[in-house]
Amino acid sequence: MTTTAAPLDVTALRADFPILSRTVRDGKRLVYLDSGATSQRPTQVLDAEKAFLQQHNAAVHRGAHQLAEEATDAYEGARQRIADFVGADFGELVFTKNATEGFNLVAYAMGNAATSGPEAERFVVGPGDEIVVTEMEHHANLVPWQQLAARTGATLKWFELTSDGRLDLSDVDSVITPRAKVVAFTHQSNVTGVINPVDVLVAAARKVGALTVLDACQSVPHGPVDFHRLGVDFASFSGHKMLGPSGIGVLYGRRELLEALPPFITGGSMIELVKMEGSTFAPPPQRFEAGSPMTSQAVGLGAAVDYLSIVGMERIHAHEHALTVAALEGLSAVKGVRLIGPADAVDRGGAVPFEIEGVHPHDAGQVLDSLGIAVRVGHHCAWPLHRCLNAQSSVRATFYLYNTLDEVDALVDGVREAQKFFGVA
Amino acid sequence: MQLQQMYQEIILDHYKNPHGRGLRDPFDAESFQVNPTCGDEVTLRVKLDGDVVSDVSYDGQGCSISQASTSVLTDLVVGKPVGEAFQKLDAFVELMQGRGQVEPDEDVLEDGIAFAGVAKYPARVKCALLGWMAFKDAVARSQGAA
Repeated sequence: MTTTAAPLDVTALRADFPILSRTVRDGKRLVYLDSGATSQRPTQVLDAEKAFLQQHNAAVHRGAHQLAEEATDAYEGARQRIADFVGADFGELVFTKNATEGFNLVAYAMGNAATSGPEAERFVVGPGDEIVVTEMEHHANLVPWQQLAARTGATLKWFELTSDGRLDLSDVDSVITPRAKVVAFTHQSNVTGVINPVDVLVAAARKVGALTVLDACQSVPHGPVDFHRLGVDFASFSGHKMLGPSGIGVLYGRRELLEALPPFITGGSMIELVKMEGSTFAPPPQRFEAGSPMTSQAVGLGAAVDYLSIVGMERIHAHEHALTVAALEGLSAVKGVRLIGPADAVDRGGAVPFEIEGVHPHDAGQVLDSLGIAVRVGHHCAWPLHRCLNAQSSVRATFYLYNTLDEVDALVDGVREAQKFFGVA
Repeated sequence: MQLQQMYQEIILDHYKNPHGRGLRDPFDAESFQVNPTCGDEVTLRVKLDGDVVSDVSYDGQGCSISQASTSVLTDLVVGKPVGEAFQKLDAFVELMQGRGQVEPDEDVLEDGIAFAGVAKYPARVKCALLGWMAFKDAVARSQGAA
């Protein structure tokens, strides 16, 4: 993607994130390279949460008092702004507690479809049907599908990876066959940053009438995403990875699908009529928001998308791309470092995983931490991906709009320091 | 520097030159333990001779802390009666869960006292205990089978 927009003024922008100016581990400047796990929140988001709680706090969609009205407006207003941000309609977004719940919502609702009447028939999965995933998935978009297969007798199939960590799409039709009922895949790998060709997979799924479920946790925060244009049926992402609060995720579902999809979690708020003999359910999105929902979190996420929109998603994407290129270049120049996944930054977001020969990732992370550098170590909830790429675990640096080239340099220096400490340089 | 407090020379020595490493026969029971947050794993075998731990052998993939603590474990428990080995295990667990507030007894834990600094890093406590939990489990299995 090319952009003519001016580059980010990162120095000015960092002033919005108070946490970035704190020190850690005996006065070390914090170098936060773990936004792929959770991002930091700007003052604007924190202020919006606080203002809501100080001025408008009430339970939403119940009560006739003024605060209840204001809280409901704030909650639904946030839904509208988030919908605009991801190219969806108001009624197509469901608030969940996190992205993981979104995937489970779809998987469990599909599991409930067999006993939910003719409307839900299109979601029924059973023996002989296939559920397609990829080896690249975060456990959140893998385990719920394994479980759905186990509960229904359907077969789990998956796309394998090439040696450089991209999806092997050499024979799409052999993986997505007419037996496929659902194809669940990630937009952008949380480990390698690889961006998958959504169009190819959506086309193949449509051809056989399978539903598509997109893991958008790592794409929505980092670049322009339009679900209508992508043509996916469902997508899930989380608030805390996009400058918003934790405790809120978003499930997108195409309107006609959400209207036919049976509920997952049931209880208050999601009903239409309740009698002792049984109940009917509210239309979406309320059908999927049982119980008292989160409120300040929704408001905070609304403020986060306002913030991201002002900065500009294309500029953020371009900024992270530059950091990724620099990190790949810097790390590949260090002898003994093995990059995991693609060596280049083509079709790739701001995540760089690597191993250091002779230094276990956990130990490398500890040395980096002692220098104030926060990275993720382990398998990052993507164990199968690590197995495919012959890594027991890895060190992962992830970038966001507030990171700088200086911080990339600090990472590379820190890696050298780790080699020195463990006597392998 | 804090890092040296954590990575004592003793730990690095055990990491680079682990004692008792490799899986050996014969054995009474085997335990496989994994740290699900980082994927570190250890397979550990125990051979008992009556009430005495006659061999501990192990293999695994893991960080310096988990590898070194398993190496130290073999030094501490091989040749000891199960009861005494479990006293050492209890002492090591207490040390690791003590958030750096527990004063270790060198007579009991020998090289194991080097892990006192690790106890200050909650994220690494599991690493240090991985091999020990495998030992506990393997002994329980071998006694259950007897």
